[in-house]
Amino acid sequence: MATDSIAVQIEAPEGEALSAPLHPSFDYTRSTGPILGAFFAGLRERTLRGIRDNSGRVHVPPVEFDPTTHEALSASDIVDVAEEGEVVSWTWVSEPGASAALASPHALALIRPRGADTAMLHVIAAESAADISTGMRVEARWIPEPRGSIRDLYFVPAGSQMSPGLADYRGGLDDSDRLVTPVELDVTHTAGFAERTFLRGLAAGKIIGRRRSNGPEVYVPPRDWCPSDGVPMGEFVEVADTGVVTTFGIVNAAFAGQKITPPYVTAYILLDGSDLPIQHLVLGIPANEVRMGMRVRAHWVPESERVHSMASISHFEPTGEPDAPRGSFEKHL
Amino acid sequence: MTTTTPARDVAIVAFAHAAHSEASPGTTNGVEMLAPVFAECYEQSGLDRREIDFWCSGSSDYLAGRAFSFISAIEAIGATPSIQESHVEGDAAWALFEAWLTILSGHADTALVYGFGKASASADLDATMAAQLDPYTQSPLGPGRHQLAALQARAGLDAGMWSTDDLARIAARTHGIELAEVAAARAEADPLTAFDCPPVTDGACAVILAAGDRAKEIRTTPAWIAGLGQAIDSAELGARDLTASPSVREAARQATGGAELGPIDLAELHTPYSHQEIIVRRELGLGDNVRITPSGGSLAADPMFSAGLERIGYAAKAIYDGGARRTLGHASAGPLLQHNLVALLEGRG
Repeated sequence: MATDSIAVQIEAPEGEALSAPLHPSFDYTRSTGPILGAFFAGLRERTLRGIRDNSGRVHVPPVEFDPTTHEALSASDIVDVAEEGEVVSWTWVSEPGASAALASPHALALIRPRGADTAMLHVIAAESAADISTGMRVEARWIPEPRGSIRDLYFVPAGSQMSPGLADYRGGLDDSDRLVTPVELDVTHTAGFAERTFLRGLAAGKIIGRRRSNGPEVYVPPRDWCPSDGVPMGEFVEVADTGVVTTFGIVNAAFAGQKITPPYVTAYILLDGSDLPIQHLVLGIPANEVRMGMRVRAHWVPESERVHSMASISHFEPTGEPDAPRGSFEKHL
Repeated sequence: MTTTTPARDVAIVAFAHAAHSEASPGTTNGVEMLAPVFAECYEQSGLDRREIDFWCSGSSDYLAGRAFSFISAIEAIGATPSIQESHVEGDAAWALFEAWLTILSGHADTALVYGFGKASASADLDATMAAQLDPYTQSPLGPGRHQLAALQARAGLDAGMWSTDDLARIAARTHGIELAEVAAARAEADPLTAFDCPPVTDGACAVILAAGDRAKEIRTTPAWIAGLGQAIDSAELGARDLTASPSVREAARQATGGAELGPIDLAELHTPYSHQEIIVRRELGLGDNVRITPSGGSLAADPMFSAGLERIGYAAKAIYDGGARRTLGHASAGPLLQHNLVALLEGRG
């Protein structure tokens, strides 16, 4: 038996990396239901609320189910608790990140409001860590215009007149009392070897595919490992910017971020010399005249506007050639 | 000693992971890390990809920063002819749990389980990890991941469950440094120092499971799964006793079928923060005679979403290498040891 090499070295591909920042974000809108709804409506009115469970323990923020019996709790069990309480545990945030509730240094803490039996996660504005200790009393301060968000308040040491830097936040209850919670990621995408070869090709006005090592097929976009059999792919191949519509859909519905007025066609296009269709727009022809087998050509954006992305091709449009017979693309459907 | 009697015997017969990296060169899809790791597992097991009946992965689209990243990862497999495949949004130790059930239920004789994550791609890993908290009342506060762990560490210090010296001893052992160096370190998230917190690590890991005779054909001493259990604690952080992790105990109870844990030679614990080792050891009742996480664990390198599977892999390797007869692999997911899995492994014959 071969000796196991548990930690496998991953080789970096030769040549210069290609990477770009990605910032996926979405303001997720959540229904609150009667219990969390009461909590957030309370915050908007500068009131801190909890819920009494079946054993008499008060949870802040309120929970919807009894933690022991798992029975649903009722909005009639909602109770107000004090806006002040005790620090159960804490740490010091000397350099708040972009998503932190306070922009100035502060404590992150578990705080048990008076009248509650559980602690809530929250922030305490203070001058320094020396001002914070377990068991100390803290009290809530409200932002000028509460919107029904956990960020409507922050805590300060009891009696403190501390005025911290509040971080911008666009979450809160909307007009229908649903809770808007922005979700944001900040990612650096690094293209793989084949992907960056493809993207550099697009910037140079070329479409690059890659041939399988165990077969004649050319895949576009190129991969590093063959999706068919998991082995490294073979040689890179430039393919034509003309091809055949294998299948298509007509977009009739409007959606957020839409750039073209419906109806328009998004199609699978089998480029000449390749074996995997790519998806792109087919424009320059009424949507109801697009058909399977139609010959199309890439419409490139001007050379100065080409980028390392599919946006270098704005769309495909008909070449005017006769349609390809179905048999010529049938196995690619 | 009585243990639960599984319907079939299932063993871990191959294990490899990508060498830990602070910043790997590839995409967030895992493919560049997984393909060589799979190749090593095929080599160890003598199995071809076509002899794998079931594939199961663990990863997170949040970490990848793109939707369906786990589908892209399938390119490392080669999915023709069609494969039977599944995915968990979490550490791949839970993918191992699913694969184990799939084999126990007779739907497969072999399975390859893998996990991957490129944490270095997150320019703000704190924001990414805050997304796993309660989205109504916790995530919007943007708590940093080490800061949250610090709340747990302080709770234990205040309760007298551990001391800063206890944490320093764990950190010094893991990092192979002197206690004085740990003691001199500045706070990362008071009371935790940088030595008490996991580094950012890119990684990928895979193990192959095989049932009964298939396992015996592959390894002289397969790492038989004597029991697996998993359990979760409340998401209500402020209602939990953060110095305890009842779900660790419950996972172990399920793994043993309620019996005593029995003698353990080595335990690989998935404890990204030094104080968490103390909690998990205590919940499992592991004494001083048990070797704890000799691989270094997540405190040394924290390849997210494969770190738990990697613990189980190292616990299995200790059995094939002949150094241990009975080992424990532990995996954790969610904030502050919320969700835990315990695998009991044994060599036989």
